[in-house]
Amino acid sequence: MGMTIAEKILAAKSGKSSVEPGEIIDAYPDLVMSHTATWRSASVMQRIGATKLYDPNRLAIVLDHISPAKTEKYAADQQSSRNFARQHGVTKFYDIDAGIAHLVLMEAGHVAPGDLIVGTDSHCTIYGSLGALGTGIGYTEVTSVWLTGKLWMKVPETVKIVLSGGFPPGVYAKDLMLYLIGKLGADGCSYKSVEFYGDPVSKVSVSERMTMTNLAMEMGVKCSFVPPDEKTAEYLEGRLQGADRYRPVYADPDAVYEQAIEVDLSNLQPMVACPHEVQNTKPVGDVIGTHIDQAFLGSCANAKYEDLVVASEILKGRRVHPGVRLIVTPGSKQIMLEAMNSGVLQVLLESGGMVTNPGCGACAGDGGMMADGEVCLSTANRNFLGRMGSNKSQIYLSSPATLAASAIEGSIADPREFSSSR
Amino acid sequence: MESIIQGKIFKFGDDINSDIIIAGRHLIYIDKERLSQRAFEVLGDGFPDKLRTFDILVAGRNFGCGSAREQAATAIAGLGIKGVVACSFARTFYRNAVNDGLPIVECSALHAAVKEGDEIRIDLAAGLIHHSGKEYPFPKMPESVRKILEAGGLAAYLKAHLEQHPA
Repeated sequence: MGMTIAEKILAAKSGKSSVEPGEIIDAYPDLVMSHTATWRSASVMQRIGATKLYDPNRLAIVLDHISPAKTEKYAADQQSSRNFARQHGVTKFYDIDAGIAHLVLMEAGHVAPGDLIVGTDSHCTIYGSLGALGTGIGYTEVTSVWLTGKLWMKVPETVKIVLSGGFPPGVYAKDLMLYLIGKLGADGCSYKSVEFYGDPVSKVSVSERMTMTNLAMEMGVKCSFVPPDEKTAEYLEGRLQGADRYRPVYADPDAVYEQAIEVDLSNLQPMVACPHEVQNTKPVGDVIGTHIDQAFLGSCANAKYEDLVVASEILKGRRVHPGVRLIVTPGSKQIMLEAMNSGVLQVLLESGGMVTNPGCGACAGDGGMMADGEVCLSTANRNFLGRMGSNKSQIYLSSPATLAASAIEGSIADPREFSSSR
Repeated sequence: MESIIQGKIFKFGDDINSDIIIAGRHLIYIDKERLSQRAFEVLGDGFPDKLRTFDILVAGRNFGCGSAREQAATAIAGLGIKGVVACSFARTFYRNAVNDGLPIVECSALHAAVKEGDEIRIDLAAGLIHHSGKEYPFPKMPESVRKILEAGGLAAYLKAHLEQHPA
């Protein structure tokens, strides 16, 4: 019987010739990512008296949440993480200047097709944008993988999402995902692997694929994949170390899918997720005019270079509404440099926005906190109650284009009414 | 770990996410006492203290969805909650609960049958929940997962494992 991408990767990483959905295996990840939570995993290791890692080369550490440290406690925790990396010879260590772990690791070539990657972050699903199986675990489990090299995993069923048509102007991967999450629900693909197919996929940029596989988490997926193609190879060229690292894994033609969901992109509209759940989505037209106090262009979902460009094209020559605080947090240092060199940062600043250091920023409650009664429109992936401050504040989610249009209007606006060069 | 869990239930609905269970700003802590003082605080309305008078949480679908933060399970255990029964769990919460030694049970039939304050009795070994004279069966955990829970969580399990298999 044929296998899906997740089945093939999990079989390979558990030393089996084949696996079936529901089967429980011991898998050996290629990479274990830990971010700001690193000190917690290190403290578990200390508590149980363990000293030896299974393989330090499989660890990656990125200090991305709450960076630079805003209190002494954070400073001490970051110090513990740094000391741990140094003590154990962890070479894939990125300090507070680098940016969001997921984006940093992909940029640095630590993520290859067919890899199994676990990490202390639910949005590890983003690695599927390059054909790797990424999934989130807690910090104690990270310790366990550090020490034993393995973890138990249940082989998921796989859902196929087949796209057709093309994205209309002003409609992006974020809108597709908000549409899907609204349609399928927060547990619509719970415990499942998702594979994206259809003619339009080959035209979707790697950046937009990152948004797709990142947001897939919000319908409960264990992992999600865009099968590698020329765009994947092009992105990874010069990043992956060693020619044999590019080994794409594809589903067999007779792989078994739990279901297939078809989406005609031509019918999509810009979408907005309303408070306080991502599945509470509406076409932008239904919430147009909703007052906003803050607009956050950031997060692992939508703070990539392409996202900043989309926003800047709408903001160029226009002004952010005086009642709106536009906070731009580039996803990584590389992205920030690119945006600086191309003039994108200048446009964002001149239009009335502020630009922070790269990292998770306001999405993780680091700056950009909200007061009672305030409303934020964000390009992040979560709008849960109290996530960005007061539990009497509200968070809406959208694409960078909708965000830029709304920042200008001072209220939620339709990006299709704002001309850009797209 | 006790095989029988008995007590008064508090009832939640669907999609209780891990940001609600413990807000991101409290993740600087990992000890259960401190975390429990902040559990569910975004809901206002007397949380978390009112949960301290209950023994078991009964929730709808997708309990613990969202962030992979392990402290969501730790905070619940810190409240003195002895177990969580839900129609379904998000996968990261399921793993984190097992790894924190917090018993969890997937049973979709119970939720509609109970109300806040009801007494239930969970027999983990038998795979049965008793409520008001009725029995609600639930699937037992896979052996490899149950062993972690029975050890009191992953840290304890790992410590025992490493003592048996020194590097």
